[in-house]
Amino acid sequence: MRKILLGAVGLLGFLVVWQLIPALGLVDPDYLPYPTDVFGRLAQEVRDLAFWRRVRLTMTSWAIGLTVATLAAVALGTVVGMVPFLRRATHTTVEFLRPVPSVALIPLAVLMFGLQMRAALVIIVYAAFWQVFVQVIYGVADVDSVARDTARSFGLTRAERLRYLILPTALPYLMTGLRLGAAVALILHVTAEMVIGNPGLGRMIELSRSAGDAVGLYGLVVVTGMLGLLVNVVFRFVERRSLAWHQSVLADEAAR
Amino acid sequence: MTAVGATKARPRDLGVRVAENLLFAVGLPVLAVGLWAVWSTRSTSRFLVGPGTLLDAFRQTWIGPAFVEDVLPSVYRLLIGLFASILLGVAAGVVIGRLRPLREMLEPLLEFFRAIPPPVLIPVAMLLLGITDTMKVVVITSGAIWPILLNTIEGVRSTDSVMLETARSFRISRWDRLWLLILPAASPRIMTGVRQALSVALILMVISEMFASSAGLGYRIAYFQRNYLIAEMWSGILLLGLIGVFLAVAFGVVERRVLRWYHGMKEITRA
Repeated sequence: MRKILLGAVGLLGFLVVWQLIPALGLVDPDYLPYPTDVFGRLAQEVRDLAFWRRVRLTMTSWAIGLTVATLAAVALGTVVGMVPFLRRATHTTVEFLRPVPSVALIPLAVLMFGLQMRAALVIIVYAAFWQVFVQVIYGVADVDSVARDTARSFGLTRAERLRYLILPTALPYLMTGLRLGAAVALILHVTAEMVIGNPGLGRMIELSRSAGDAVGLYGLVVVTGMLGLLVNVVFRFVERRSLAWHQSVLADEAAR
Repeated sequence: MTAVGATKARPRDLGVRVAENLLFAVGLPVLAVGLWAVWSTRSTSRFLVGPGTLLDAFRQTWIGPAFVEDVLPSVYRLLIGLFASILLGVAAGVVIGRLRPLREMLEPLLEFFRAIPPPVLIPVAMLLLGITDTMKVVVITSGAIWPILLNTIEGVRSTDSVMLETARSFRISRWDRLWLLILPAASPRIMTGVRQALSVALILMVISEMFASSAGLGYRIAYFQRNYLIAEMWSGILLLGLIGVFLAVAFGVVERRVLRWYHGMKEITRA
């Protein structure tokens, strides 16, 4: 209760400061519009179907990209993580490819796919893939050696080992990777829309900037922040639910 | 007799092990480049080039004046932005992490700001600051600061309370407590934050230049792409990759130094 109250005070304080900066003439309202104007415009926008269509466009390709990246990363990560030879052989390659900033691929994606959705997807998939892949490798490799030997001496088949041994060990890692990947995919997707110009929220931001529509620009920034927040909250919720049996979550619950 | 044999065998074992590790390290990359070279002689794709062409383009494009005119300023802005976000993030993080009411007040706000995709800040910064170098540094800082700030808050918050109270009852001054207890205790988290900030900062460096610039690495790459200079564009992508890898390696070295005590402690508890 106290937390919620204080949080609300903080939020309100921020809005008041924002309102005061242009009101006191510290910054020209053309460059930093009043929050009342920004939220007023937002209230209008959310009644417009075109706005929701753009949100849907953005979120659809985000979801497709994240799904493709996750599936590929889980499949490859499980194989690589389970075979020590592959793990050693791919280590340097992974360490080299992972830090390559995915935005570096934007020009390439533009050349190959132009304004199609695939151009943005290439970038999203590349960015999100490494987040999940690395976590899955760590997770699969983290299987307790006693548990593994036990499973083997009890004669568990490969499929059973995958289901009862490797999956539960790797799941927390996978969830972390998924949460990071989801955030990164959203960032990269909005970026791609801004730079490449695929239809969606990112392009709207770029259009409002070039049209000098500061109110609309700030409104859209707020919207992307909300979407990011939503993605975070949802994935944290999924993480907690799917790991409800796990020690880290149980200990947390007990401490409450 | 056996002892002598063992000591004699060891250097050769070591040699074999080093060779094996080396083979594992370079095996796949060498194989990949080899396949790529073979494939490029047969392929007719317009957008992909062979390793030889790429290397040539790399040498001609980046080694020379372009390195001083485009690459160094970009990297310089990146580093300034990074250092600014580390300084601000850690300083603000310590204050917010230590003062519970402040932390609770700012928490929803910080969550929201962290969730804004950082490249979205570029148009805003362009509006407020114009198209300047300051704008680019501000964009890099304002995107890279969040992981550092939030991790610092979390690290400071979880400082062992028994240690804090011990320090207080020994009348260790506020300043010493900060430098000798709180910051070291938070340093693993801070380093995690910095590592996340590195990739964000690199992305923002490139994007801010692709958007609003007439120089810099990001601008160059976008320029090559618009003019269909495919090999040059690939060389730019390669250079960005190399910068990313170099940053990651440099950070790894620093992290190992800073957190040596921490990794050592973990080894002990594990053993």
